[in-house]
Amino acid sequence: MNHCYFFTEKMCVGYQDRTLIKDIEITLPKGEILTLIGANGAGKSTVLKSIAGQLRLLGGTVCLEEETLSAMDRKALARKMSVVFTERLKTELMTCGDVVETGRYPYTGRFSILSEEDRQIVREAMDLIRVTEIRDVDFRKISDGQRQRVMLARAICQEPEILILDEPISYLDIRHKLDFLSILEEMREKKGLTVIMSLHELELAKIISDKIMCLKGEYVLRYGTPKEIFEGKFIEQLFDITEERFAANEKFLAYIRKVGSYG
Amino acid sequence: MEGMGNKVPENKRSIRCRMALLLLAVGSTLFLLGNLIYGSISVSMQDVICILMGQEAGTAYQRIVMDIRFPRAIAAFLLGGALALSGYLLQTFFHNPIAGPFVLGISSGSKLAVSLVMVFLLGKSVSVSSSALIAAAFAGALSSMGLVLLMSRQVRSMSSLVVGGVMIGYICTAVTDFVVTFAEDADIINLHNWSRGSFSGISWEDAAIMAAVVAVTVCVVFLLSKPISAYQLGENYAGNMGVNVRKLRVSLILLSSLLSACVVAYAGPISFVGIAVPQLVKILLGTSKPMWMIPCCFLGGSMFCLICDLIARTVFAPTELSISTVTAVFGAPVVLWVLVRQKSERQL
Repeated sequence: MNHCYFFTEKMCVGYQDRTLIKDIEITLPKGEILTLIGANGAGKSTVLKSIAGQLRLLGGTVCLEEETLSAMDRKALARKMSVVFTERLKTELMTCGDVVETGRYPYTGRFSILSEEDRQIVREAMDLIRVTEIRDVDFRKISDGQRQRVMLARAICQEPEILILDEPISYLDIRHKLDFLSILEEMREKKGLTVIMSLHELELAKIISDKIMCLKGEYVLRYGTPKEIFEGKFIEQLFDITEERFAANEKFLAYIRKVGSYG
Repeated sequence: MEGMGNKVPENKRSIRCRMALLLLAVGSTLFLLGNLIYGSISVSMQDVICILMGQEAGTAYQRIVMDIRFPRAIAAFLLGGALALSGYLLQTFFHNPIAGPFVLGISSGSKLAVSLVMVFLLGKSVSVSSSALIAAAFAGALSSMGLVLLMSRQVRSMSSLVVGGVMIGYICTAVTDFVVTFAEDADIINLHNWSRGSFSGISWEDAAIMAAVVAVTVCVVFLLSKPISAYQLGENYAGNMGVNVRKLRVSLILLSSLLSACVVAYAGPISFVGIAVPQLVKILLGTSKPMWMIPCCFLGGSMFCLICDLIARTVFAPTELSISTVTAVFGAPVVLWVLVRQKSERQL
């Protein structure tokens, strides 16, 4: 089992000495998409930050290609893993193009001057996510959705093998949500990209994910394929939605059942 | 078509940066010359050039230019640059546009350490070497910095941090005054002038040591411009870009303390250069890329201090103003303007 591309063993995450979630076991073959779901405050961001090395693990290990992440060379890791977090990038006098270019950082020389090849990769990433037209606009003066797309373009031009995304499509309109997820699928097919992300959009999580991890309380409540997760009343249990509460309202009841079921 | 459209602004910006660098380099050279020409006695430009070329131009002029004005102008050039760069590093470190060695109390910490060492050693009639002064100033800077860092863990807001730094500065200044009060009469005059901030009384030997320290530090800072650019985006993203954030933070602290310590050891505390110059340079450049900001901040600080020292020496000659009086007149309004602009930007 442990010869998987990405896996964690007994990973415990939290802040300082306050453990939030214990014994997280993830096994993910190359080219698969893992989605974390759970209520607000369930610890999705904490898990993602711990995987990305921004929070110190409180226990256990995270391994990529059989190497422990904490022991890996920072620069080598930066060429393999890129991240998009909900935390805002601090910029001053930087255009969206400048922000995307920072994704090339692990590949450039001492003064981070971009080669023609780097520029080409930046252009392609911006075209792919459709942010080329806001290239010369100040990053602080665009909408939340646009900002999210610029950050995604930045993560993609870092040419990662594995992408860590915290609610990457929360601010996007439906078209851009679908656009982005289809780009992820395409990159997975073509380049074998592995993705670990958190989503609040359950219907989309259902169709895009290979594995889903459900977080509630101190342990992982369930880890499996979408088919295993969206069955019975599990989703209602995960989010504490009691049918009695909505019993009087046919519309809501129907919606809950639709979201919680597979296929 | 699109490729071309993308290239134009990129070129424009790099041309602008180059022009700015050239402007600052030419400007600081001109004001350096200006500082040799003007003073309580004006020496003609031709004489100055003759003296610099090593030709005879009357011994009085020779001595005024070579022994008094030239080392002083060199000091203003080097220390002004060091101060501006130190401010820039602190602003980067704290993600705070109004951080600087003076407002955070770092200069005052150095001042306290230096005056303690001076009074103690002069009391034993031991002469103080300039490297000992730099070492004392560096120790003082690091102690103040330690206090500021402790405080920055508790307070998140940009203005409270600065208020805290100003308080640390007041405490250090009060203790310094106390020390000076009990110093020997003969020492006081020197100490008092120095503690108000001035570029006067710099010898060629001082200038050589300061040039070595500042040059090495500035080169190290410039070599760090890539990780600094990543750090500007936020610590978490910098970490993911492969930067050893902890190591970089320590380097930023040490380098900025060393630069401001060097300034205090020779010229005493000088206010507002550290905040005002990086802000003005950023506007001039239209970018915050460290690769451009670092050299331009240095030259900008040099030019700013050369102008201020020229004003301090000439406006009420033969009475000399303290350098901080002049830098505050030009620097403080910039800080006010930054505060106002920050507010209005946050409302966007």
